[in-house]
Amino acid sequence: MADHAHAADAHAHPNYVKIWGILVALLCVSVAGPFLGHPIVTLITAFGIAVVKAYLVAKHFMHITIEKRFIPYIILTMLVFMLLFFAGTSPDVMKKDGTGWEKPSWKTPAAHAPAAHEGAHH
Amino acid sequence: MTAAARPIATTRSSAGLATGKLAVWWVVGSEIVIFGGLLASYIMYRLAHDEFAQQAAHTNVWIGTFNTLVLLSSSLSAVLAHQAAEHGDGKKAARLLWVTIGGAATFIIVKTFEWTMEITHGFTITSSTFWSFYYTAAGLHALHVIAGGVIMAIVAAAAARNQELHRVELIGIYWHFVDVVWIFLFPLLYIAK
Amino acid sequence: MAHPVEHPGHHDAHPHPEQGWVSKYLFATDHKIIAMQYMFTGMLLALLAGFFAYVFRMQMAFPGMEVPLFGLVTPNRYNVLITNHGAIMVFWVAMPVLIAAFGNFLIPLMIGCDDMVFPRINRLSYQIFFLSAVVLVCSFFVEGGGFGGAWTFYPPLSAKGGYSLTPLGSSLFVLAIALEFVAFLLGGINFITTAMNSRAPGMRLWDLPIVVWMIVVASILFMASVGPLIAGAVMLFFDQQIGTAFFDPDKGGDPILWQHLFWFFGHPEVYVVLFPALGIVAEIITVFSRKKLFAYKTVIYTVLGTGILSFTVWAHHQFVAGIDPRMANIFTITTLLISVPIAEMVFVYIATLYGGSITLTTPMLWALAFLGEFLIGGVTGIFLGASGADIYLHDTYFVLAHFHYTFVPIAIIGTFAGVTFWFPKMFGRMMNGLVGKVHFWITIIAFNVIFIPLFVTGLAGDHRRIYDYTQYPDLAMNHDLRVVATVALVVMLLAQVLFLWNFIYSMFRGANAGKNPWRSNTLEWTADSPPPHGNWPPDALPSCYRGPYEYSHPDRKEDYWPQNAPA
Repeated sequence: MADHAHAADAHAHPNYVKIWGILVALLCVSVAGPFLGHPIVTLITAFGIAVVKAYLVAKHFMHITIEKRFIPYIILTMLVFMLLFFAGTSPDVMKKDGTGWEKPSWKTPAAHAPAAHEGAHH
Repeated sequence: MTAAARPIATTRSSAGLATGKLAVWWVVGSEIVIFGGLLASYIMYRLAHDEFAQQAAHTNVWIGTFNTLVLLSSSLSAVLAHQAAEHGDGKKAARLLWVTIGGAATFIIVKTFEWTMEITHGFTITSSTFWSFYYTAAGLHALHVIAGGVIMAIVAAAAARNQELHRVELIGIYWHFVDVVWIFLFPLLYIAK
Repeated sequence: MAHPVEHPGHHDAHPHPEQGWVSKYLFATDHKIIAMQYMFTGMLLALLAGFFAYVFRMQMAFPGMEVPLFGLVTPNRYNVLITNHGAIMVFWVAMPVLIAAFGNFLIPLMIGCDDMVFPRINRLSYQIFFLSAVVLVCSFFVEGGGFGGAWTFYPPLSAKGGYSLTPLGSSLFVLAIALEFVAFLLGGINFITTAMNSRAPGMRLWDLPIVVWMIVVASILFMASVGPLIAGAVMLFFDQQIGTAFFDPDKGGDPILWQHLFWFFGHPEVYVVLFPALGIVAEIITVFSRKKLFAYKTVIYTVLGTGILSFTVWAHHQFVAGIDPRMANIFTITTLLISVPIAEMVFVYIATLYGGSITLTTPMLWALAFLGEFLIGGVTGIFLGASGADIYLHDTYFVLAHFHYTFVPIAIIGTFAGVTFWFPKMFGRMMNGLVGKVHFWITIIAFNVIFIPLFVTGLAGDHRRIYDYTQYPDLAMNHDLRVVATVALVVMLLAQVLFLWNFIYSMFRGANAGKNPWRSNTLEWTADSPPPHGNWPPDALPSCYRGPYEYSHPDRKEDYWPQNAPA
């Protein structure tokens, strides 16, 4: 039964295959990033592109931009809460020592971490 | 159970959108904080443990890339299914949903091989905290892939009979979210080395 | 399982086919029955947790004595009792009764629709909740016994069986809590979606009764805050069972991460339970002062703001855990800030009462008591929110008295307020007013006699989670107060017999309530008492013409103006 509350659905939608093509191209760039050597470049290509891809999927596949306005606000709010969590927790969890304490196992990596076996794959 | 016919409540839309869609977006919101908590924890550990990079070097970026490609493509088939459902073509929507389910199955199968390979090489969930996060995060994601596939099959079965076509879009939204989670998991686990 | 027949949006004139007892009550999809399921389960577990309190307080007052109906309280058993008292009261009493029971019962009725939007998911949520309760109770009977590492289940104590001595019980505890979270996530989606989308024609968001807003905001807060803890619970479970080291400091983990994951949820959680109680109180004080709620929109904005602010205060539970002191500064500021909107809520409620035509019915007594008692809880929180003072007060009985002065008003007073108020609608009969008032006075007086002394003993040095204070001769001067608190608890628990008797007797023999014994405006009072399946005839669902608090309107002869009465 057609949902009349949403006439905007039968809209000029993007060419979904074209969007998919862009996503795949971005994927290739993000995989190539590490081979260029610079860690900063890798960060941008890996995570910057991830953000762009996520936005493309949200906008073109999930149609978040043509939904009711509060939907993207809900999603954004949840993301902000995650940033808040990170901001409040990282000062403790990302430190290896503080006033009167230290995490010894974080300073000297445990010897039990396995080394690669034969056929290191890359 | 027979009396649980759709209540009148479900047919109203005071907020201006269909009930099912509103609910799915709230589900996506709740999942963001679940994965967000897990990934935030992982990022904190990763940035503080220098040796994680050493461990991360052993993930197979080509398998990861292939799986990313599979999920992106399955998102395409999911949104095409939604398009078909919008035009009232239930059979086409069902077919495209089955393609999506095929993508989900491929993802899981590839992951099974990948994990088997890693485990037999000694990288188990207890090998180091990196691997603990690796298996937990990817595992939680994989559970969502499986659940999504199951629900899609149920929706596809009804859609093939031209019933409940609005559900195609709803499971699509969920599926795209699962794809987005992987879009972030992929660089976190495979590229950042 | 038979597939339900698809009905189009409108129902035909036939009512639903007569359901057998099993499918009507045990496998109910009707929101009112599910509400009762949650309410009775919650009340039953409240009795269990209350019994635990009796046992451990007897141990506090008379250490080493064989407690009647229980036996000897060994240190291990003591730990299990206090751990599960806390966990049960928060997760299996406060949440199911205040949110799931009242939310399920009231939301569809107050917005004028026939059920929740997803009745079968509603049923599933109760089933998962019930399962979670079963898992928790099972944990007491497995080898090693129930988990005793505090309701906050910090690792490494909770992660390592070698420390907790309850390897199986610890995992069952985590599992029970995880299941409870899933149940409330499912239920929350139902409440939010129903309230947002299924309102009566003409019912704007500003026409919603406050309690509906409150329960919906609580559900949203819960959903937004529980995610990291669910992730944490999975990590903890793996630490327990598989040997991962997410929280093991010896192997690259960090126990402080758990604390953050827990309290990022734990603090919004207290607002998750507070808001529904505030909502219940709002409904009651407007009805029994025949007066509009003072500043409805301000209340909504305040609640939304408080909800958001509640995500910025969590580490005040960790001031002495070794967190970065600069973060402690920030969290002190945010914590003290959040007391402002809550205080404002109390002022708004007082302003609502001011000048009203007040009737001291039993629900009104409970609502007023809520305000007074919660105020004490709130102001004592200020001392704890300041990191400097908290260094001394943390883990003392001062903290315990503070949170009982907030939680008991929320979970116990709020519940009694709501039950005595909506009992006529739920069961079609009136409760006995005299018994209700006697129950009220004994409970309230006893409650204060339990916890005021505990502020004193806390300040004097009594630490939490100690099973026998006679080991500390320096604290001997507190012992009389400990005994006083215990005696008062026994009195309070015995007084609940009055409530139980009143509840059960009135269900069968109470005076006929009629539709609207309190002469209230909101839509639930236009349905029959109790409402049938579907609440109103399908073609006679109410419409809404005005806000919910049009009491003593100057243009009206009556001192109330139901929402569904055309202009």
